[in-house]
Amino acid sequence: MATDRVTDIWGARTPHGADTAWPVRVDQFLTDGVSESDVQHWVRGACLLCSNGCGLEVAVVDGRMVGVRGRAADRVNHGRLGPKGLYGWLGQQHDRLTAPLVRQNGRLVETDWDTAMARVVERSRSLLQTKGPLSHGFFTSGQLMIEEYYTLAMIGKGGIGTPHMDGNTRWCTSTAAAAFGESFGCDGQPGSYTDIDSCDALFLFGHNVAETQTVLWARMLDRLDAPDPPRLVCVDPRRTKVAERATVHLAIANGTNLALMNALVHELIAKGYVDRCYVDAHTIGFERLAEITAAATPQWAAAICGVDADDIRRATEIFGTSDRVVSTCSMGFYQSHQATAAACQVNNLHLLRGMLGRPGAGILQMNGQPSAQNNRETGCGPALPGFRNWGNPGQVDELARLWNVDPLVIPHWSPPTHGMQLFRYAEQGSIGFLWISGTNPAVSMPDLARVRRILAGDRCFVVVSDGYRTETSELADVVLPAALWGEKTGTFTNVDRTVHLQEQAVKPPGQARSDLDIFLDYARRLGLADRSGRPLPPWETPEEAFRAWQAATAGRPCDYSGLSYARLHEVGGIQWPCTAGAPDGTERLYVDGVFPSDPDVCETYGHDLATGAPVGEVEYRARRPDGRALLKGVGYQPPFEEPDDRYPMRLTTGRTVYHWHTRTKTARSRPLNDAAPAMWVEISEPDADRLGIGEGDIVRVTSRRGSIQAPARISFLREGVVFAPWHFGDDAANELTLGAWDPVSKQPEFKVAAVFVERIAAGTGRAPAPTNTAFAPVRPWDGATVQP
Amino acid sequence: MHLVTYLGFLQRTEETLGHSYRLVSRGHPADADVHYPTADFAAQCAAHADALAPVLARCNPATEAEPDRLHVEGADSHRAGPIGLLRDLQDLYQLATLVDSTWTLVRQAAQGARDRDLIQVTDRCVPQIAAQLDWLRMRMKAAAPQTLLVAE
Repeated sequence: MATDRVTDIWGARTPHGADTAWPVRVDQFLTDGVSESDVQHWVRGACLLCSNGCGLEVAVVDGRMVGVRGRAADRVNHGRLGPKGLYGWLGQQHDRLTAPLVRQNGRLVETDWDTAMARVVERSRSLLQTKGPLSHGFFTSGQLMIEEYYTLAMIGKGGIGTPHMDGNTRWCTSTAAAAFGESFGCDGQPGSYTDIDSCDALFLFGHNVAETQTVLWARMLDRLDAPDPPRLVCVDPRRTKVAERATVHLAIANGTNLALMNALVHELIAKGYVDRCYVDAHTIGFERLAEITAAATPQWAAAICGVDADDIRRATEIFGTSDRVVSTCSMGFYQSHQATAAACQVNNLHLLRGMLGRPGAGILQMNGQPSAQNNRETGCGPALPGFRNWGNPGQVDELARLWNVDPLVIPHWSPPTHGMQLFRYAEQGSIGFLWISGTNPAVSMPDLARVRRILAGDRCFVVVSDGYRTETSELADVVLPAALWGEKTGTFTNVDRTVHLQEQAVKPPGQARSDLDIFLDYARRLGLADRSGRPLPPWETPEEAFRAWQAATAGRPCDYSGLSYARLHEVGGIQWPCTAGAPDGTERLYVDGVFPSDPDVCETYGHDLATGAPVGEVEYRARRPDGRALLKGVGYQPPFEEPDDRYPMRLTTGRTVYHWHTRTKTARSRPLNDAAPAMWVEISEPDADRLGIGEGDIVRVTSRRGSIQAPARISFLREGVVFAPWHFGDDAANELTLGAWDPVSKQPEFKVAAVFVERIAAGTGRAPAPTNTAFAPVRPWDGATVQP
Repeated sequence: MHLVTYLGFLQRTEETLGHSYRLVSRGHPADADVHYPTADFAAQCAAHADALAPVLARCNPATEAEPDRLHVEGADSHRAGPIGLLRDLQDLYQLATLVDSTWTLVRQAAQGARDRDLIQVTDRCVPQIAAQLDWLRMRMKAAAPQTLLVAE
């Protein structure tokens, strides 16, 4: 099996200068023994293994997936695919859930759909009768289709009427959405991937793009390797592949992002880089922001962050003197302390220089998951469908009319319940019915010992829909087999608003069904109906669901009304808003400096960045945003859990390029799994020397929540920090993490905890970590002897 | 009653509020979004009480007896469970409202007395109490339906 793209992660370079087109490079992988001439069908779609959404075609022979090929004309990837895109689909071909399971005498046993659904519906009905809708919670994923999310949103919010709907998107991307809401009044990615083609500066804030969106890094590399590369600034505690190419690498201590950001804003203002015309015309709140950052000097921040004050000044100078700056921001900020405030400062830097709305000048607040964007848009997460404002009765009424339901059914007395609170209610027993779809919280949530107690307990009836048996399904009462990517037709949207249609290429295995069919079956059995007695939701097929979704978005910032399955099939990726006036989609937002902050339009009135308390409608109106952006900020506060004598080191968590999330798919793809087969932890050379740890030695890492053991990789990580990949369910990183969250986005603080590390035993070889990425070992491994 | 006596009342009430926040913080560790903010608010109350110390020090002592019932009871323990949390938050809200209204009256008197220093102290402290009240209101509102309709 030719799997050279495991070692050659980003593929061949195609350098190109600024303002020239990014060249095409078509990547393809067909499984052993299959050649192109054998392929019977090439089915169009896009990859669902990261938030890039690379356009591709699935190769089918005799009703089975045999490979993939990038689509040359797709705006996202111009034909390229990453290692997960090329090899991840292999993991879908075996070990699948093919029949429903129900718990009997303490064990999960196979059964048929009618029996399984009867059990689900019986418990649902009984709780609705005795405790009402607030007894129900729905926890989904960032990997379902628009049609599925919107179906569930209507079921949950319009049929049953529960506010307890969230997804694992809360763990990854809710901060991006929250920061947009605070700065612009509404969610929605301002920038476009094409901005990378013309920028002269690139800032990556807490974003190891080289390993998390490999094709996007390939696009950046193709500019970096050309004669006129952009200057690159990288904010990351680790020496990632991004950091290796950086003009300035700010290796800050995890938990100190806002100190750095406040200093960058301070310095931008102090050095006179602010575009006063743009700020006066298009923003409010400058004076207050200047006040908040007045004392945040580079020296002050340097001491907190553990970096050179001069590097902070250099980074500011690059931001301040470049013509076209693109910033990306990701988990290093979103899963850390004061996440929303730090992400808002990224927005603020661009607003202060008027650096958005034109080619090469843009913001890309990243999504982690392939359809996380849609979880946010459709009302399965932090907002009502179509980025509607739960605090605006007019918008709620509009949704109620669209759905033909009583507006009082749609919960809008507080924001939708966020994931951590949802699980808290399940822990306390007030949520007695919890349906988990396409996600594995028994590995991906913080403080896993507590999560397992919640799921395994008898206070809450747990339904799990998934493609595989997972750590979470093993704790469920009913397990439903779900179809995966390529086994169903549906649409999804990537980081830069590009919508793709994935057409069904093969049938799902055994009795597995699409999440759309499973949710509709549940709704029909429950007898959900609208005010006129018609079945709710009023559709049966994906295309009908998509058309209903389009109607829900018409006139809202995320407008899909000009799209269709036919157009998406023909073109590939198209960006929203796509309307009659913009039939080919829209490259970037806010080109005229007008933002969706008008009180009648906005998705949110915003929050106090320190406490998360919502700004009321009256107070918001009094600020007179009038279509201007809001420059919001807050002072730096130390993290919830700082190192101390007992737990002297900082823990951070993250990913490797070879695995997706909890490895349900990628562990089953041999080329990917072989590249990273088992758990490890990463430690710096000075710390390893101090603790007497050699490469590969078994170490124990302990926090106030628990402890894990794994082989150590000695890397170029900054001193004082320990890194643990969170993909593995045994000796899981999240045994250690803290169950606290950002006050505005409610996103858990995965990347900031205090731990102590001790050597337990000698290792038997090099740690099972990849050697060709951020995990590169400091000293070359000598297989014969254990190196000190 | 003289301003100095009222300032002493304000300082003690801030301390009582701070003590109550600390109790609630320690009493609800499983609700991280209550545990951490209330600890922060307790620190704010301590800072407010400290800020009043120099003001009190430079005032002439009161020449009258303190009026009766010029003190307020804070919590001496936290309550358990969802309804316990809701009631703890409501008690905090009541106490914080008293602190807030006392500051308002102090500020009125400070203006009347042309005491710039005291005006500045109130300007620094009052927004924090307003933010505490906003947070308490938000957190109670979010918890109320679940607690009153479904919790055991």
